[in-house]
Amino acid sequence: MSLISTLARLEAVSTGRAQPAATVRHRRLSERPLVFVPLTTAGEAGAPLGALVGTDRDAPHLLVVPQPRDRDLRFAFLAELADVVLPYIDAYAEDVEAAERNETDPETGQRVKVEVELCADAPQLIVPSRAGVDFVRLLGRSMRFRRTAEQDPEAPYPAPPRVPLLGRWLTHFAERARVPGSSLLLAMTDVLARHWATGQSTLEDQHLGALLAWIDLPDGETGAEAALRAELARDRDGQLLCPPAGPATDPAFDNKLLAPAIERYDRARTALAAAEDGLEADDRLGDLTAAEREIRALVASRTRPTWDAVWRGLDRLRELPEAARVEERWTRDRWSFTGHRDRVVAGEPPQPRHDDAVTAANKLAAREREQARLEAQEALDDPLVMAGRRLSGEAFAGEVTDVVMAYSEGKRPSPRPLVTVRTDDRPHLGERAKVFRSLGGKPQSAEFVGYEGDAEDDSALIVLRVLDKMGRGKEPEEGSVPEKGDVLCFTLFEHEQRGGAKLPDPEQTPWTHGGPPGEPESEAADPLTEEDVL
Amino acid sequence: MPLPRTRGTALRHRLAELRGPDVPAKALDARALAALAANPGCKRRAILDGAGVNKAALASALGSPSAFGQSQFALTRGNAFEAKVKADGGAELLRLVHEKLDRSAEPPAGARVPELTATGPEGRTARTALALREATGTHGEWTLLDHPMLALDVAGSPAFLEPDAVVVHPDGSWTVVEIKSFPMLDGSADPAKVGAAARQSAVYVLALEQVAARLDPAPRVRHRVLLVCPKDFSNLPTASAVDVRKQRAVTARQLARLTRIEDIADALPDGVCFSPELPAADLTAAVESVPATYAPECLSACELAFHCRARSRASGAVTSLGRSVRAELGDLTTVESVLSAARGESGDPDDPAVAALRRAARLRAEALGTEAVAACR
Repeated sequence: MSLISTLARLEAVSTGRAQPAATVRHRRLSERPLVFVPLTTAGEAGAPLGALVGTDRDAPHLLVVPQPRDRDLRFAFLAELADVVLPYIDAYAEDVEAAERNETDPETGQRVKVEVELCADAPQLIVPSRAGVDFVRLLGRSMRFRRTAEQDPEAPYPAPPRVPLLGRWLTHFAERARVPGSSLLLAMTDVLARHWATGQSTLEDQHLGALLAWIDLPDGETGAEAALRAELARDRDGQLLCPPAGPATDPAFDNKLLAPAIERYDRARTALAAAEDGLEADDRLGDLTAAEREIRALVASRTRPTWDAVWRGLDRLRELPEAARVEERWTRDRWSFTGHRDRVVAGEPPQPRHDDAVTAANKLAAREREQARLEAQEALDDPLVMAGRRLSGEAFAGEVTDVVMAYSEGKRPSPRPLVTVRTDDRPHLGERAKVFRSLGGKPQSAEFVGYEGDAEDDSALIVLRVLDKMGRGKEPEEGSVPEKGDVLCFTLFEHEQRGGAKLPDPEQTPWTHGGPPGEPESEAADPLTEEDVL
Repeated sequence: MPLPRTRGTALRHRLAELRGPDVPAKALDARALAALAANPGCKRRAILDGAGVNKAALASALGSPSAFGQSQFALTRGNAFEAKVKADGGAELLRLVHEKLDRSAEPPAGARVPELTATGPEGRTARTALALREATGTHGEWTLLDHPMLALDVAGSPAFLEPDAVVVHPDGSWTVVEIKSFPMLDGSADPAKVGAAARQSAVYVLALEQVAARLDPAPRVRHRVLLVCPKDFSNLPTASAVDVRKQRAVTARQLARLTRIEDIADALPDGVCFSPELPAADLTAAVESVPATYAPECLSACELAFHCRARSRASGAVTSLGRSVRAELGDLTTVESVLSAARGESGDPDDPAVAALRRAARLRAEALGTEAVAACR
């Protein structure tokens, strides 16, 4: 944590409300995000209990598994989920625009431009917390290798159609969420904590209710009081007033409310199965429906507060203007979405359980590159973030006090003007260190020449030699050289990220990394055992 | 005339007094072990754990109940899984031990599963030590100890530990087995949970080494433990060998430098008692008499964390925002002192921490306020 954000947190403690940690919004928010608030069954892997999902904050779809250990009911839940999520994704897959992409021509080996489709917009999934992102990944993994009856007539427990497809999409969303700065799948706690500093620790910020208590404060209360209530307050039956944002539920809820309700449901189902005639069956069906309705009400009561909290968080985030470079990062998300759409259409198999060496290395390299890009772009978009970089000596701002024209030595002298900047910042400038400033959205580089004289009080006079972006002529282009009196900000970090060295094709994987992956074998579905009824 | 009491019994009596009359000592469970690793410098936690005080009950009596609890679904599932792993005299478990840890040994055909029941933790500890000695003596056979009881000396008082299982190999070496119900998905599990399991197992390894040291020749306690988890989405067991050498070394060092419980107990005023039956005001005073080192990590490891957090916040301590915060603030430990130093109302401007703070405050105000330098776009 930088000292600036520590200070913001301390101010939040002292004032009793969250303080800004950003002046603009650094993530894209879709106009029509799909909010997903899942709950899971404690102790079981991949056994959902229910969820609220949808794009309309007033009318979420409530999906419930009345007996989470029952495979058929789980499949019914997943099929319903697919019915909500897949049409939402498809709506974005159809609307495309033309774009160009560099590709290597397989015959000549040359880089050529290819006309391709790019989806005009991309879907966006929003979950309450980071645990929700992990749950999306888990759901994706649990579904994508399932076989439908159509794919494999012999499958002992065929999955409903479209469930494997939903698994592939959720896997893609979760995988994309690992790329810094992406917005296809967002955890509300992460986005809120990026933009506001609360008077509590980062660990406590992972509780959506407590975090929002600081940011979206009820009248007449301090953030600390409201957050404490969100964390711990219980009603007379010992139930949390603000249920956890999931997917894990509160043990007191499981033990006191959910377990008895599931037991009643099980009893009603056994009774129905044992009914001897139609009249009796009708009666018992009524009991079963009542028991199921009870569980639905329980699940709704635990997800609805979180659902509302997510939308309140969205309201607050929308009040911030979007940062300038968010659009560029969102375009990368659109490429990612379009790429996966094309792989699905082309009938490629689901994402493998383990990436091969080249794919894994590429993913890691991409994440590192995007992390550096995100850090640079956020600083350039947001003076508050830049303030943190200036404090740590990675940037400096100040007024231009002098500009002296100079030229490079050589056959064709080019302009290399010397610019003196007065700054109060203390950048860590090494000999001939390169610095960058943004000129019309493009980085202009300069070289550190030295410090000039003794400046009064704390400020320093830094002499820089401007190196590029001044045109081809002997005289620099209009506006390309700083003028006396300009207030500028230079960074020591680069504004744009270069890609790393190219990795070999997967077929050329060296033996040190396991050798070529060979023919892609179709991944078998997870074996189902009889006792797999969890 | 009563016999002069030795130091050991004197301490035991003292700790029993702290616990309160007729309150049984609570064994050091996994959570207490995790707290030990998360916050070794906390005297409050050390004396409460050392005295075997039930911290959950204490926290409730103080009016800040802990939020830990276990869902009965998780409990049922965890027990069912453990029972499945140990079914048939531990056949499946031993197969996994053989496959993952000791392939050169004879495959286990059947195993001895000695009876370990006895009254009280001391009795069970003695029984376990006996069973271990016997099993180590009979070479060429596999032995499975189901829920043995081990004693470990923690800051001068014995803490009782109950590993899920300990296996004695045919060569006489011992292995700790930890059975967890979180899934191992495509060969990997949640790193945080695996880390916690490894730290827990490391404590069992240390306790076993103390038992082993009393035997002649001392058998080897393996430093690779077996972590058994459900495979993927099923309830079939799969296992992985986890090297706990590092965790063992860390825990051993922490145990060695734990403030002696004796010293903490000696520093307490007379008549201090942590019995949950006492009125809340008395308990608060009793708890206050031992200094705590609260940090947000305590929330996931210690039952008393909410109480300590409320106290820490009330006193305006900056560590309630995280330990890392302290590092850059130097001598300034309270929220108000930091803020007034940042505003320039107090503090020595030559103090590097104060100077950095003022620069940070100025930059932040500049970025948020009207006097902002034009953002570089």
